[in-house]
Amino acid sequence: MNAEIILFITLALIAAVSSVMMITRPNAVISAVFLVLNFFALAGLYLLLNAQFISVVQIIVYAGAIMVLFLFVLMLLRTESEPKVFLDKKPIKMFALFITVFVFIQVAYLILVGKPSGNLTPDQLKSIETGTIQSIGRELYTNYILPFEVAGFLLLAATIGAMVLAKKKFE
Amino acid sequence: MSSIPIEYYLILSAFMFVVGVTGVLIRRNAIVVFMCIELMLNSANLSLVAFSSYLGNPIGQIFVFFVMTVAAAEAAVGLAIIIAVFRNKLTVNIDEINIFRW
Repeated sequence: MNAEIILFITLALIAAVSSVMMITRPNAVISAVFLVLNFFALAGLYLLLNAQFISVVQIIVYAGAIMVLFLFVLMLLRTESEPKVFLDKKPIKMFALFITVFVFIQVAYLILVGKPSGNLTPDQLKSIETGTIQSIGRELYTNYILPFEVAGFLLLAATIGAMVLAKKKFE
Repeated sequence: MSSIPIEYYLILSAFMFVVGVTGVLIRRNAIVVFMCIELMLNSANLSLVAFSSYLGNPIGQIFVFFVMTVAAAEAAVGLAIIIAVFRNKLTVNIDEINIFRW
């Protein structure tokens, strides 16, 4: 048991439990807070995978910007909390749960038995070099400059679109 | 040194994706449904980063960067749509938002 495995198990447990808590809490604000916890655990997992840049962006963009946006909208809108999600025992909800559990078992079987990665072992030095902002920036500003510009344009369009949508009443 | 098989990351990613799908199917609050979509995007990001790191190839992480950009744009526009719908219907319960049905 080295430190890496202990860290992985802790972060993975936090991520898994907080995602389940998020979909089962009746109050939307508590769901949002559990989602933030999940994002922080994911940022830790990215650090464990030597992806420093993605880890920092995860905290700034997801846990910072996007979740603040969600909480802001939750604050502005009056949302009544739902009754306990599974207490009403609607057959359609049970059916949804059954389907998703079935799909998860299938995917887990494929991953564990099918071994799609063929016992991939990382080259630690290469993987550390990959995750630095230097290597990502070099790739982003040379080979991926066009998608980068398009992404900037997409954000501009989304900003204008959000303002237009939220401003006036549509019939 | 790294002793964690990549399968563990893939299983965690699959689990989070399935939880996100379940949330979309069982929750009735439109904002929570949106948060479940963010959860699914994140689970896909996790497997992309895992493969990128294990193969030593930065392209997977660049893809994650673009996914985050699109997720931010999607969250902004989606929440604006929810606000616009709330103005008209005074609810965000997706069972009652059926303005296209007649």
